[in-house]
Amino acid sequence: MAKKQKEAFFTPIGTDESNNGKIDKAVKLPKPTKKKHKDLGLSDDDVLEMYEQMYLQRRFEERAMQMYQKGKFGGFLHLYIGQEAVSTGTVFALNDDDDIITAYRDHGWGLVRGVSANEGMAELYGKATGCSKGKGGSMHFANVENHFWGGYGIVGGHIPIGGGLAFANKYQENDRVTACFMGDGAVDQGALHETLNMSQLWKLPAIYVVENNGYSMGTAAYRHTVNEIHERSKGYGMKSAVFNGMDVFTVYENMKKIADEVREDSMPWFVEIRTYRYRGHSMSDPQKYRTKEELKEYQKTDPIERMKTYILDEKIAAEKDLDKINDRIEEEVLEAVEFAENSDFPADEALWEDMFADEPHFHDRKEA
Amino acid sequence: MAELQFREAIRDAIDEEMDRDESVFLMGEEVAEYNGAYKASEGLLDKYGFKRVIDTPISELGFAGIGVGAAMNGLRPIVEFMTFNFAVLAADQIINHASKARYMLGGQLSVPMVFRGPNGSAGQLGATHSVAYDSMYAQFPGLSVIYPSEPDDAKGLLKSAIRNDDTVLFMESEQMYGMKGEVSDDDDYTIPIGKAKIKREGDDVTIVATGKMYHIAKQAAQQLAKDGVEAEIIDPRTIKPFDIEAVVKSVKKTNRCVVVDEAHPFGGLASEVGFLIQREAFDYLDAPVQRVTLPDVNAPFSKPLFDLWLPDAKEVIEAVNAVTYRG
Ligand SMILES: Cc1ncc(C[n+]2csc(CCOP(=O)(O)OP(=O)(O)O)c2C)c(N)n1
Ligand SMILES: [Mg+2]
Repeated sequence: MAKKQKEAFFTPIGTDESNNGKIDKAVKLPKPTKKKHKDLGLSDDDVLEMYEQMYLQRRFEERAMQMYQKGKFGGFLHLYIGQEAVSTGTVFALNDDDDIITAYRDHGWGLVRGVSANEGMAELYGKATGCSKGKGGSMHFANVENHFWGGYGIVGGHIPIGGGLAFANKYQENDRVTACFMGDGAVDQGALHETLNMSQLWKLPAIYVVENNGYSMGTAAYRHTVNEIHERSKGYGMKSAVFNGMDVFTVYENMKKIADEVREDSMPWFVEIRTYRYRGHSMSDPQKYRTKEELKEYQKTDPIERMKTYILDEKIAAEKDLDKINDRIEEEVLEAVEFAENSDFPADEALWEDMFADEPHFHDRKEA
Repeated sequence: MAELQFREAIRDAIDEEMDRDESVFLMGEEVAEYNGAYKASEGLLDKYGFKRVIDTPISELGFAGIGVGAAMNGLRPIVEFMTFNFAVLAADQIINHASKARYMLGGQLSVPMVFRGPNGSAGQLGATHSVAYDSMYAQFPGLSVIYPSEPDDAKGLLKSAIRNDDTVLFMESEQMYGMKGEVSDDDDYTIPIGKAKIKREGDDVTIVATGKMYHIAKQAAQQLAKDGVEAEIIDPRTIKPFDIEAVVKSVKKTNRCVVVDEAHPFGGLASEVGFLIQREAFDYLDAPVQRVTLPDVNAPFSKPLFDLWLPDAKEVIEAVNAVTYRG
């Protein structure tokens, strides 16, 4: 290609053209922590619980995927598989009344913050027993009572809302910390930058966390954003960190340290956690933008396998104990499928419910 | 005539205009390497290269504005939104800038560009992915809004939109991309913006419907014909400028009218057309104009609620029954 023509390109060219058969690495994983669970103040039981939580998220989604493929429910289905250490490490690091908000890849977040497998699966099925009464579906899991403010479907839309949660916490002087999660794709939205500025200006007790999983839909991170993501905060004088998100201890250690500090000085953080999405963006993604080899590379760092190895090596539990946990989870998830299938759809009248907290009003509503 | 999918008609229109005019380029999320989220730009990257088929970050406000600036400065951008539901983030550039800059600067510049992408709902995608924005943009002076229903209209109108010297919003539908239809294979086939088309002739009632709603109206008309009611379907194709003459002419013949609109009821296409008909054809009306719209409620995810929410042929038939006083 003529040089001049090439210089007139805008977006960097992608996989097809550039990799010459070598394995592209969409995201570079920093080294995980060397600390053992005891060094981090985690008990053996905590470790097993972390394992269980991650395994639940994994199996819940694998089953959900199966049911989706059988045509049991429709809509989008964005799977979190591969990223479970991020949700799990974070929730263990935060206090139970700290606030969490995220984007549409939200099943894992719901499950670790008290959405039961039943309520989650029922939501996917659009049933009245779902965590959002079937009104939201896959993208809108929520458990507000447990300070999980939900998943949101407009990329970047929830970032200022995370700032708003933190604003209210500061206003109410309640010592709660807000953790606002987003994908690497959301980094390119202006909303992030406006929010970072105000957060630093107003000293909001918030942690803005990018789950960099290498891709924004079919676009590798290096094709949609420039420089190191975590360094974005420099321009705002905001504290930042980058760490490995395939290792639950690393997530736990860092998020704990950061949350403690935020609680102490009410200064915000901007954090990049590097992880990897195993499945397609959604269910209809042919994944031509990456190689199978690349995926395999990351699967070698699987957070659940890693945890399992650790548990066995450290003799926290034996293989058969883990099998027991797995069986229990398997049953829980299968029951959830049954629960969802046996649950009722919302009644017709539900169409008009939940629109207003105050007196409802509907323009030109036709009588049934 | 050639049978094409809607997406192919769109692709061909873009292809032909890019071929014809070096200043036309396509920009949007996943339009290049991925060939378009809905494959409406399949093969264009291969043909025109990375300079003219450009993947953008998820920065709707930014790339819409870059489109506006590039249009001012000699290019003819086609800016694709993955859906108009995400164009909400870019509304400042469309509403405050693209539609107003020329006027504010006393005609010193123009903004010849197309914003395009799917409009309205695409099944159970929840409240933030399901809104039809054609009427909303039609509110603003300076913009043309097109929402075609068939591949032929899409091709001819998109080519006109790209050539238009002002800003045009061109709306499609995820659910129509796979739909097939005969498309003119005339060399350089264009359809003038602002002209309605009678898609079905009938004497008993006029049904106005475009975009996805046209297909619902068509279903209803087929049903009604079995009962001996012959509906005339007018597809405006362009929301703005709106071809009220075509509608009034039909209403003067049928004396009854139903407007089907994919938007919520307040202040939309249906209310505007209803108003114009009562003003222009009051003496010809045998019944008040009726409309079928979404309810004044957000889109629910749950399948049965979603089905209840979205206008369907049954509702159109009920509205026709109302204006024809059939029980
Ligand atoms: C404003 C807006 N633009 C575009 C989309 C379509 N879209 C949904 S997800 C997505 C990619 C986001 O990637 P990333 O932020 O990295 O999150 P991930 O899917 O990797 O979790 C895009 C373009 C959207 N939902 N909202
Ligand atoms: Mg991503």
